[in-house]
Amino acid sequence: MKVIGKPRRRVDGRAKVTGLTRFADDVVLPRMLHMKMLRSPHPHALIESIDVSRAAAYAGVHLVLTGKDFPASFGILPITQDEYPLAPEHVRYIGDPVAAVVARDEQTACEALELIEVRYQPLDTISSPEEALAKPEPRLHAYSERGNIHRLQAFQFGDADAAIAQSDYVFEDLFFYEGNTHLPIEQHACVAALDADGKLTLWSSTQVPHYVHRALARVLQMPASQIRVIATPNGGGFGGKCDVCNHEMVAGKAAMMLGRPVKICLTREEVFYMHRGRHPVLMKFRTGVSKDGKLTGMHLQTLVDGGAYGSYGVASTFYTGALQTVTYELPRYQFEAARVFTNKPPCGPKRGHGTPQPRFGQEIQLDKIAERLGKDPAELRLGMLVKPNSLTANWLKIGSIGLEQCIRTVVERSDWKQRFRKMGPGRGLGLACGSYLCGAGLPIYWNKMPQSGVQMLLDRSGQITVFCGATEIGQGSDDVLAAIVAEVLGVDPQEVRCITGDTGITPVDLGSYSSRVTVMMGNAAIHAAEKLKAMLAEAAAEELEVVPDRLQFANGHVSFDARSLTFAEAVVLAEVKFGTLGAVGSYSPPRAPGRYKGAGVGPSPAYSYSACVVEAEVDAATGWIRIPKIWIAHDIGRTINPVLARGQVEGSVYMGLSEALMEEQVFRRLPAKLSRALVHKFPSLLEYKSITSLDMPEVDTVLIEDPDPNCPFGAKEVGQGPLLPVMPAVANAIYDAVGVRIDELPITPDKVMRALELKAAGKPARVGPEHFPAVPYPAPIVVPPPWEGGDGKEAKRDDAAAVV
Amino acid sequence: MTRAEISLSVNGEPVEVTFAPYKTLLELLREDLALTGTKHGCELGECGACAVLIDGEPQLSCLLLALECAGRSVETVEGMAESWQSGAGLHPLQAAFADLGAAQCGYCTPGILLTAKALLAHEPEPSRERIQEAISGNLCRCTGYQQIVEAIEEGARRMADESHR
Amino acid sequence: MMRLPWFEYRAPETLAEAAQILAGEGANAALIAGGTDLLPNMKRRQMAPRVLVSVRQIPELRRNGSVLGAGVTLTEIVHKPALPLGLRQAAAQVATVHLRNMGTIGGNLCLDTRCNYYNQNYEWRKAIDFCLKKDGDICWVATASKRCVAMSSTDCAPALLALGARVRLVSATGEREIALEDLYNNDGIDYLRRRPDEILTELSVPSAPSNYWKLRRRGAFDFPVLGVAAALIDGSARLALGAVASRPFLVDRANDFLRGKALSDEVIEEAGRLAASRAKPMDNADLDLYWRKDVSAAFVGYALRELRGDDMRETRRRITRYQPA
Repeated sequence: MKVIGKPRRRVDGRAKVTGLTRFADDVVLPRMLHMKMLRSPHPHALIESIDVSRAAAYAGVHLVLTGKDFPASFGILPITQDEYPLAPEHVRYIGDPVAAVVARDEQTACEALELIEVRYQPLDTISSPEEALAKPEPRLHAYSERGNIHRLQAFQFGDADAAIAQSDYVFEDLFFYEGNTHLPIEQHACVAALDADGKLTLWSSTQVPHYVHRALARVLQMPASQIRVIATPNGGGFGGKCDVCNHEMVAGKAAMMLGRPVKICLTREEVFYMHRGRHPVLMKFRTGVSKDGKLTGMHLQTLVDGGAYGSYGVASTFYTGALQTVTYELPRYQFEAARVFTNKPPCGPKRGHGTPQPRFGQEIQLDKIAERLGKDPAELRLGMLVKPNSLTANWLKIGSIGLEQCIRTVVERSDWKQRFRKMGPGRGLGLACGSYLCGAGLPIYWNKMPQSGVQMLLDRSGQITVFCGATEIGQGSDDVLAAIVAEVLGVDPQEVRCITGDTGITPVDLGSYSSRVTVMMGNAAIHAAEKLKAMLAEAAAEELEVVPDRLQFANGHVSFDARSLTFAEAVVLAEVKFGTLGAVGSYSPPRAPGRYKGAGVGPSPAYSYSACVVEAEVDAATGWIRIPKIWIAHDIGRTINPVLARGQVEGSVYMGLSEALMEEQVFRRLPAKLSRALVHKFPSLLEYKSITSLDMPEVDTVLIEDPDPNCPFGAKEVGQGPLLPVMPAVANAIYDAVGVRIDELPITPDKVMRALELKAAGKPARVGPEHFPAVPYPAPIVVPPPWEGGDGKEAKRDDAAAVV
Repeated sequence: MTRAEISLSVNGEPVEVTFAPYKTLLELLREDLALTGTKHGCELGECGACAVLIDGEPQLSCLLLALECAGRSVETVEGMAESWQSGAGLHPLQAAFADLGAAQCGYCTPGILLTAKALLAHEPEPSRERIQEAISGNLCRCTGYQQIVEAIEEGARRMADESHR
Repeated sequence: MMRLPWFEYRAPETLAEAAQILAGEGANAALIAGGTDLLPNMKRRQMAPRVLVSVRQIPELRRNGSVLGAGVTLTEIVHKPALPLGLRQAAAQVATVHLRNMGTIGGNLCLDTRCNYYNQNYEWRKAIDFCLKKDGDICWVATASKRCVAMSSTDCAPALLALGARVRLVSATGEREIALEDLYNNDGIDYLRRRPDEILTELSVPSAPSNYWKLRRRGAFDFPVLGVAAALIDGSARLALGAVASRPFLVDRANDFLRGKALSDEVIEEAGRLAASRAKPMDNADLDLYWRKDVSAAFVGYALRELRGDDMRETRRRITRYQPA
């Protein structure tokens, strides 16, 4: 291959280093007005009245909007359309928007906000999952499954409890993964404007223009054909711009009403309130293990703190259990989950979406298992890897799996065998693995249309233009698109013009989430490019007097031996022969074998795998942690651009390490006798800690290529999977260094010191959750695994009994 | 609403500008001079995205009163290529950043480029540790910093090579 | 975008003129030098002075010889080998490269006290009904407290206290020179004994072997959650602590103990114990407060061992993550 796999400057590299990349807040239009939103200062309250008269009369103010102006709700999932652009009567967290002012400039809008008088009737604050379980009232949402329990899920794939009970060893562990947020350096921004035809255009820093497009049509109650959403390149996303946002809806409405462009850029504090980040998850793992180191069964329970709204939460909750089966062979598996509502900013998808939390628990538990069995943790894992081209207990189809090579690579490069458990006091190594989707198998709203579409145009100058709804969020999706087209047509990627993320002119792609872009957009791009290649080949073959199959497309030429045309010459011949040249391609993932209710979360065209070794130094006197080096190997299937792929891996390692050591989106409940307040502890870039260049260790990255037949040129995802093993590998390394278990994130020096003190006192050297509350999980949906004669469907109750 | 007026040098050119006096240099550049290459992530001095060069030294434009920039020389990312007399080309640091994956989303990139440029003006061959220290006031959420550090090393090499030519 | 409130801007060119403006405006005026502390506070509406008096053009504040003008930047201090190492190490660990290029030594000494309930936007503070330090009646850190417990967060002050620095304050009615120690009150609100009409113009900094150890989560950006400064004065080690009270202070009990003693391991351990007993961190800053108190003895140990001449580079690499100055 000429392009795929070769290190290159990304196609949008020049724009990004010259300051010319136009982010949403860089969009400036004539007569543009500026918007600010008034947000609730109460965590939970009913709105009694809103008086906007003084704000509306303030000099320079053009419009004031409140909940009354928005009759329709919205939400990212069809089953949780529970948000309003501005809250009409019920506010559910500090920061919930209640009104908006549009003014000549931002300063004036801010001043006018202070003139809006809102009278609230405060309600009791639900501040934690325990409280949500205990207090059904006041209820955050009438639609919840039960009191303040948003959603309950339970599945049984074979009788896990029986299998565990019969095992040689049983391990039961509690883990807690604190919530954290995406923290893109670019704050969310959007500009809404009417175009010359009176149609609405919204430029927004969103990862999902298609979903924003649909939500705008619903909220503004106008035809989608009258709305165009342009996703500007995102200044970092990480899942934080995957939801449809209040400010996008309100700006759209304001522009429609005023006929003038309206901009809003959130402050950093508001970005923390927008959140949609990592859910805090409490987990209980009960795992059976045989003497020879095989898993016999797992019973996983999770309790998920959802915050105030649905967001992606139902899917996030499924993901706390869906992927436990795709890494290690697990013959029987029971999974129960609950998501609760609390008066905090809503949680949603962050890099790894719902899977880093159980991955943290599982990989630490494996470390404990290896120790008890007297096995090397790497060897233990190697002995239980999922087989390629197999089905899991919960009916997920595994394709390629390069995990064995990943493990062997990091073990060798970190000199694991010589150093693990042998580094002396205060120094240690920890290993962990992970796996992730290459695109969610199902779209967010039910439909049978393609999940990614690509359209291509060739013109007689040889110019190649590719249109796709995929969104550039920094990960390099434009570069992947250009590279794939360039590979097929034998040109330089810099010759390909990418027009992406614009619902007005690009075919639908569902967006940049679930690591779906490379696989789905890539397959659609190959589909389109191959059609054009065939036309070019046919026309060129006539000219060169060869059969089309023999032609080579490479280096900007179409040739057979010495006979050669430039690419542009071939285009001209094809245009003569076929007329104007264009082609479309589309991609739908293969249908997953699972047929039970809930089987929609987990399937993917392919799964990526990673293995990671972390080295840690821990000061026994202070608990201070230093991470000198991290080794990671990622099964990428095939590398499209090694420069970008390495960047995705290292960026994932960075973010995982930052989550492991310091990141936490936490809240402060003021003393209940004195206040109802439940505030974000520190919504700032200074006090929400993320690691700097001085805290970042050297990362040794290896890309393992095990091409997957479902993927374009075999290329799997690389943007999320490499994050997953980092957090548990840090925890395992700390254990190797000082012999204490920190079973919760983040792992801070005070927790290490507390555990060291417990150890010195002869108590269990562990800091982590002590208690898992009683959760009213329902009777599980019983689905016999493939090896118990199931067909992927839910067993009738009687059948289920028979299976047992 | 009284407006302020100052003269300053921006990317080597004299500029006279009137503006609302509460504005910081960040607002002045982005809103009054249409130089949107300078980014913002907090406006409180907590991220480094808005870094520009003031008389050659990296400072945060979000915490500089525009009023206090009268008579001073400001360099933004838009002026980098020209400062190397590259015209339509790129400053060697910019080229290295583009080639080596130092810019993923590109949002923290302008601030880091200018910070790196100032470092190399003082220390043409900085150690890896010095580079990490110099850019530790610029948060990046995409890269994990390693490719940025490597690009600064490569940029330094290319600057040396091009200067010797 | 966070924006500043409206203000009137004055840029006097002489000290006398600046002092006159302050005399006239009183508490309505704020001095601005680097602006790195004041402007975030103004953007968050913790302060909204009617008049900003820039001291940038006043030549006295730019002196950088045997006396140190208060307007000298932290970067300039780092790069002035004639200054004692402890001060340079402290300056080198303030915030970030960019902020050190802007922020001044005078500004760092007068740094507003900090608290997680106070260093928040107006909307956040409204949600808790404000706090004792600004617009409210309750100290949320210690609800029974009548005194604001916001934390002194200056890095340079402990270093200068250990060295025995003095500062000059000038007003329209006169000037005075005081020991730096006497600049501070242990009160989160009324934390400076500088009168509103006074300008901190310069410092005199005695030379002595000295060092500064800063505890913070990350290698950059963060304010200290513990600062330990040590200096060798007349043959005796002297300790000052920062970020464990509303003022930086000389640790008298430890210093009395240290006077005349050689820095043996036992002496260092006892000094660490004595100093740690004086550290009173509160739950209003980063990291667990009990842990912060627990490790203060270890940090005192680092400082005294380094002062003794031990090779502490490896510990520096772990804690500080670079070699400051």
